[in-house]
Amino acid sequence: MSKTMLKRSDVQTLPISFTLNGKLQELDVEPHELLLDVVRDRLGLTGVKRSCDVQVCGACTLLVDGRPVSACTTLAFEVRGRSVLTIEGLADDGKLHPLQEAFIEHGGFQCGFCTPGMILASKALLDENPNPSEEELKHFMHGNICRCTGYKKIIESIMAAAKKMAS
Amino acid sequence: MLRRFRLEEPQSVGEVSELLGRFGDSAKLYAGGTELLLAMKEGLVHYERLVNVKGVQGLNEVKQDNGTIRIGALCTHHQLENAPALKQNLPAFVKLEENVANVRVRQVGTIGGNICFAEPHADPGTLLIALGASLIAAKSDSTREITAESFFVDAYETALQPDEVLTEIVIPVPVKPSGVCYMKFGYLERPSVGVAIALNMNSEKNKIDDVRIAVGCAGPAPKRVPEAETLLRDKPIDEVTRNLAQAGEVAARAAQAISDLHGAQDYKEHIVQVLLKRSFQNALSQC
Repeated sequence: MSKTMLKRSDVQTLPISFTLNGKLQELDVEPHELLLDVVRDRLGLTGVKRSCDVQVCGACTLLVDGRPVSACTTLAFEVRGRSVLTIEGLADDGKLHPLQEAFIEHGGFQCGFCTPGMILASKALLDENPNPSEEELKHFMHGNICRCTGYKKIIESIMAAAKKMAS
Repeated sequence: MLRRFRLEEPQSVGEVSELLGRFGDSAKLYAGGTELLLAMKEGLVHYERLVNVKGVQGLNEVKQDNGTIRIGALCTHHQLENAPALKQNLPAFVKLEENVANVRVRQVGTIGGNICFAEPHADPGTLLIALGASLIAAKSDSTREITAESFFVDAYETALQPDEVLTEIVIPVPVKPSGVCYMKFGYLERPSVGVAIALNMNSEKNKIDDVRIAVGCAGPAPKRVPEAETLLRDKPIDEVTRNLAQAGEVAARAAQAISDLHGAQDYKEHIVQVLLKRSFQNALSQC
């Protein structure tokens, strides 16, 4: 959506204001714009991926008010007044989040395509349940799919991060 | 990318109903959007206007009122899986809600949206029928009560009129000794077969006083199966156990199973029989 395009006066736009990775963002969006497209194309944060586009794979997982949503199937205006976290916002001034460190240390990714979604989803899991059983972990992460790893290392990474974060 | 549409943001049920009535087929109710937006993305449907019902207050609470639980249509699956009133009185419903789709769908998807979209491969409708639930449908100046078993007319079709808004789901709390069980089978993202059973025993626990059975997902809409219930209702336990296989066969046929990606008709019918047996035994063990 080019900003230099002349907009017809009857095109509806919604001014939205939200926190993105801790910083205030103010944008005008049209009702039909998807959060995934706004974050990737208008805001330039391409860690979030379009993969299945039908909210079954989890590659588009973003955290809105700390909870996981499918950016591919969320209308952008829905984040008005809320906080949005992308993978780019997880590290604290260059210092990696324990989940990011654990995924590196334990080999929790290969191609890395599912990884931003995996890490954000597992952050939401550990924020809700800091000491999940493997069953609880698998249930929560059920909607995040990986083609490469066979999941074993992903589970190990998350469990390791949980241990580290609890101490 | 979605095609452009206008967003309407009414603040009351009356306003919602008025908008739906005014714009007819060119407008659609929008809540979580977990089904609607997918259909729009795939180009299967298009609406000039989406009516955002989430601006209406008071539709997202779970209330307990003596022997009844009232669930607001805008409650998300995530809310329902954590609702204390449901955990205490309807653990089978909590288990169902915990297992709807995935964590992201549960976060924004609403029970009202699920029921009104009436996608055949969905869970809640089947259990609501077995629980004898009712749906409250509202217009600008009136409401009516629709039983769950008459709500689901066909695939993607409910008994709601075009300008009616689902506001509440009303569920009678089962009276003990009772057992409620929903079991589903699926290996794709959506469930392929679902069976729900709710039963009451006498106080001596040697007779099934009442039973309600529903099957879903296999056919176009979830259905109550009174012919299977008759085989089990008002009978001593050993007779019920003898009739269970036949009840399964009756339920299987009543499911109106369709051969599709989820499986062949006879395969689904077989699964119905298995799930009926297992869910009955599970419900019995709760008594």
